[in-house]
Amino acid sequence: MLRASEKPNAVMAHLPALRVLLRHINCLIPPPRTSMPALCTIRATCHFLLLSPKPRKLHATATSKGPENHALLLNRDERVARNVTPSDVVEKGSTIAAIVTSLGGPPGAVGIVRLSGPSAVSVAGRVFRPAKRSKNNDWKPMSHVVEYGVVLDSEGNVIDEVLAVPMLAPKSYTREDVVEIQCHGSEVCLRRVLRTCLEAGATLAQPGEFTLRAFLNGRLDLSQAENVGRLITAKSVAAADAALAGIQACLTRIWFDLILQCNKISLRMQCIELLTEIEARLDFEDEMPPLDLNIIMDKIHSMSQDVESALEAENYDRLLQSGLQIAIVGRPNVGKSSLLNAWSKSERAIVTEIAGTTRDVIEASVSVNGIPITLLDTAGIRDTDDVVEKIGVERSEAVARGADLIIMTVSAVEGWTSEDTKLLERIQSAKIDCNPRAETDWDRGCQSHDIFSKRVFTCAVTGQGLQDLERAVLELVGLDAIPSGGRQWTVNQRQCEQLVRTKEALERLQSSIKEELPLDFWTIDLRDAALSLGQIIGEDISEEVLSNIFGKFCIGK
Amino acid sequence: MATTTLFTLHLCRFGQSFSKKLFSTSPSSDTLLNPHHVTFHHKLRRPNSSSAPAFFRRFSTVAAASTSGEVNYDGIGTADEKYDVIVVGGGHAGCEAALASARLGARTLLLTLNIDRIAWQPCNPAVGGPAKSQLVHEVDALSGEIGKIADRCYLQKRVLNVSRGPAVRALRAQTDKREYAMQMKSVVESTPNLSIREAMVTDILLGKNDNVEGVCTFFGMKFYAPSVVLTTGTFMSGKIWVGRTSMPAGRAGESASHGLTENLQRLGFETDRLKTGTPARVDIRTVDFSGLEPQHGDKEVSWFSFDPDVHIEREQMCCYLTRTTGRTHQIIRDNLHETPTYGGWVEAKGPRYCPSIEDKIVRFQDKESHQIFLEPEGRSVPELYVQGFSTGLPERLQLPLLRTLPGLENCSMLRPAYAVEYDYLPAHQCARSLMTKKIQGLFFSGQINGTTGYEEAAAQGIISGINAARYADGKQLIVLERESSYIGTLIDDLVTKDLREPYRMLTSRSEHRLLLRSDNADSRLTPLAHEIGLIDDRRWKLYQEKQARISEEKKRLRSVRISGGDLAAEVSRVSGQPVRDSSTLESLLKKPHIQYGILDEHGFGNIELSRIEKECVEIDIKYEGFILRQQSQLQQMVTQQHRQLPEDLDYHMITTLSIEAREKLSKVRPQTIGQASRVGGVSPADITALLIVLEANRRKAQEQSRYKIMNAMRAKALEEEVPEVSCTETVSS
Repeated sequence: MLRASEKPNAVMAHLPALRVLLRHINCLIPPPRTSMPALCTIRATCHFLLLSPKPRKLHATATSKGPENHALLLNRDERVARNVTPSDVVEKGSTIAAIVTSLGGPPGAVGIVRLSGPSAVSVAGRVFRPAKRSKNNDWKPMSHVVEYGVVLDSEGNVIDEVLAVPMLAPKSYTREDVVEIQCHGSEVCLRRVLRTCLEAGATLAQPGEFTLRAFLNGRLDLSQAENVGRLITAKSVAAADAALAGIQACLTRIWFDLILQCNKISLRMQCIELLTEIEARLDFEDEMPPLDLNIIMDKIHSMSQDVESALEAENYDRLLQSGLQIAIVGRPNVGKSSLLNAWSKSERAIVTEIAGTTRDVIEASVSVNGIPITLLDTAGIRDTDDVVEKIGVERSEAVARGADLIIMTVSAVEGWTSEDTKLLERIQSAKIDCNPRAETDWDRGCQSHDIFSKRVFTCAVTGQGLQDLERAVLELVGLDAIPSGGRQWTVNQRQCEQLVRTKEALERLQSSIKEELPLDFWTIDLRDAALSLGQIIGEDISEEVLSNIFGKFCIGK
Repeated sequence: MATTTLFTLHLCRFGQSFSKKLFSTSPSSDTLLNPHHVTFHHKLRRPNSSSAPAFFRRFSTVAAASTSGEVNYDGIGTADEKYDVIVVGGGHAGCEAALASARLGARTLLLTLNIDRIAWQPCNPAVGGPAKSQLVHEVDALSGEIGKIADRCYLQKRVLNVSRGPAVRALRAQTDKREYAMQMKSVVESTPNLSIREAMVTDILLGKNDNVEGVCTFFGMKFYAPSVVLTTGTFMSGKIWVGRTSMPAGRAGESASHGLTENLQRLGFETDRLKTGTPARVDIRTVDFSGLEPQHGDKEVSWFSFDPDVHIEREQMCCYLTRTTGRTHQIIRDNLHETPTYGGWVEAKGPRYCPSIEDKIVRFQDKESHQIFLEPEGRSVPELYVQGFSTGLPERLQLPLLRTLPGLENCSMLRPAYAVEYDYLPAHQCARSLMTKKIQGLFFSGQINGTTGYEEAAAQGIISGINAARYADGKQLIVLERESSYIGTLIDDLVTKDLREPYRMLTSRSEHRLLLRSDNADSRLTPLAHEIGLIDDRRWKLYQEKQARISEEKKRLRSVRISGGDLAAEVSRVSGQPVRDSSTLESLLKKPHIQYGILDEHGFGNIELSRIEKECVEIDIKYEGFILRQQSQLQQMVTQQHRQLPEDLDYHMITTLSIEAREKLSKVRPQTIGQASRVGGVSPADITALLIVLEANRRKAQEQSRYKIMNAMRAKALEEEVPEVSCTETVSS
């Protein structure tokens, strides 16, 4: 069984390139009636208002008595400022990411994840590894030059083969640094790339946020302004509706969560409650009983686990929606079609004693632990002169390349043959630079083939071993931990981001605890966790914590 | 009229800079020909020779200019009644406001109902505590007085939250309330430019342009100034309650101030009422402390003020801890119908952080006992403050109730507990400069804005004092951003959020409190204070030297390395972490439980540093990662949050806003996007809509100005043609 996380395809690789070329040209043509770029810089610095106005300006205020000519004080701690070297100067504004091609319909060949913001390049640099690797680790792209490479997750696994299109400020849609990552079009693929970007420090874009930024940064026509406004409000309303729907979904979910103690809302409440406990001690030190740190640490630990399992559920959820494709390959007449029939409990494929019966790809659906699985029976792979069979063999190879998992069937009677080895090489050669794992029905004689992840004996006639096969499949896709009852989780992109942020915050919190930092430092990451779990971005939790403190504790002098 | 003002101003400034150039001894002051060119964001490390007296004449000219023409004075002495700034009220807000204003060179008049009660502490005789101490440090960093007076008059000092992180570490001082008032009074009395007068202000005098011109008193006196600061505390239509009985009073024994509320309402201000209270005082000589748990002060005393001149240690007094008993709870439960809340004759609930003892007992029934702190009110007064025991019960029940407490079995009560109800003005009517939005030159500070606490009052007082003086001088007003300080957070909350109880500062109200610590209050705010002329040369020099020492020491710790030895062994023992060879002292300090003291013990410390400076170094190094992370988070946010909103924005016309947002924003009229986002009922979608409107407006304005410029150029081109013609005409004629 080969695991295919990759779908390299020459045509696929070219298509995006063409699109990029088109995009490139688009970017070079200045959009009509945009205002001067210089204005952006003016706005960027206007916060540094003078504390003492120049005399001439002062006269003006003296005569007009303009009431609110305010001078603002940015938080500038001279002590910190002294140590900050120019390179440490923090970037302004956040970097957003989103899938910008449509989802939900039939998968397109190519999908795009767009990053925009001051750290778009550094975020992209963290997830994208160009094929031509430069000597140092920093990715220093040339604007409007397409680069080929792969996206890696935080553990260094290849997620997808992509094209990265850097468009540096101001020559981009949003007038910020923009990096577009063109991936394969399947939703699973896009969401994985997006999640990696979120983990690398980007925040998920709000609906219409790219357009909003483009507008706020001086792009788009003034006459378009109202349209933008309407668009964004409409989308926000839609988002609010979606959020409401989300809340309701949570309510229906509670039954499952009661058992599993893993509810996102209650996670947030847990954070708030912990904050309440700690903050009450900080603000009313001498009026409170001492805090039991062990209980707090236990709670934090169990919250981390909850988040982990919620993120696992996100994996599960993704598979629930998109399902798995499993290709069954092997030499002719080793029982591929029999396996398909036995597994899908149908007579979907014609089974005969004649080698090469299956000429085309035959599909059958099964469900393993609620995950829809499409089984693809293929023509036996061999060198042949038969024109029809030849096409069938080519299709088999193509299917094998596209599948999430490959089951290679080997005859138990004949054992591992040299043709099996050859076949394996044929499939493998199509797999550039990925690390396929595979599974056979039978492994005597294939000692050297460590690319197989699992070996399972089955008997198509009696159905023996099929359960083992299912278990093996689940284990390979990493879902063996999910109980077979399944959970009605729907983790959308927003929730996924929330969970990722929460996980990060809780990890930092645990390291603070490990380093024995004072209590106040715990609140920083707890607050972050509570904020990331909030329904609304940037909501104020101070008042909630305070109400809790006053409600829960007897405080006051 | 306007041109004269302008002219005199100009002359004065010229004179000022000229004289400075002549008399300054510092060579670098040449570069500072005019200090107003210097922005705060430049590093202000060069010595600045600007001193307060230089401002004098300028202010008076402005005041005279703005009032003359309206009123005619013939007699001698009437000129005394003209000031730059009038501060109404001599409490903690009023004192700071008057001092700041006078120190900035404005001729300032402090009007108070009773000169003997200046800076009185009518409630808890204490200054500081969590969040409040940060306010005190910040006020001190701006050269306010509260910290210095508390340092001079303390009876006991304790640092709270010692081991819970540098941001929540808080100093609290029990103070001698008599001494406190006397000290502050003498400071106020001896400050140049500051006059004091007893008066009850009943009305505000208005100019033609909705600007303030002065105040009118009960006895018909009129005092004139372009800036007026109201700090009325609990006095505006104040009413005190003991049990069911009430009388008009601002505090027990002091008459309330009447008439001002009505006149403010007449000017269009919205007023509301708040309630607070204070517990009974008992005679310290009738209390048996033998069985009570004493609470001693810290052996090593900490200070509020950054000015080492006031760091003079004194003998400390002891506080005591007692508890409510079953008998206490019984009396309260039997007499609940006699309390305002449960008897049902007062609807307003007291502040949540300051519940009455009956509230505590009713709400937390499972708690058998509540802590009660006994705090002395002074070295020379026998009064003992019974903290945690405020009550609305009638006086006849109060003594029996007090006598249920262990140690107080035979006590005698000196003053009964009472509640006070007073008028305040919901602070959304103020801008963040604390100037009212309706009337220019009118500022509100302290309890009138709905706060509670001396520290909160002082914090607002100093800001309104600074801004009143600056307004009178025609300068830009100063706003402390929320992220800059607790003072900024306090004011932002006040003017933005709905208030449901008197506002008390708490550390959890600040989103970035790790950056707003006591130890860095000076490096956050003193440069600003120096910039505007509040900090004198001596303090500025001390400040700079301190910062230099801290910076040097951090450099030293980064460069000095050790391998093995006693220090390494001790560090690995205390921290439980191995010490690698050639570790820098900095890396040692970053390990858990390692404090600067360990370096001192092993001879690696720097003896030139004071304890406070060592603490600063330790905090900067130990929590560097956290501090930088918070700072960068803040910076990301600040970019958008500080975008200004135009004052004349008509929110009702912005149809993309939700109805609620339109109403709330019209009411609060926020000054920045960040402030708008904190207004209750304003969603992120509303903020987006606002941003779009701003950008659209900006472009419209830009197009208009481009159009204007084009027109002007065209007109100019035409004009240029005309004189040419006339010129030739004259030549020809």
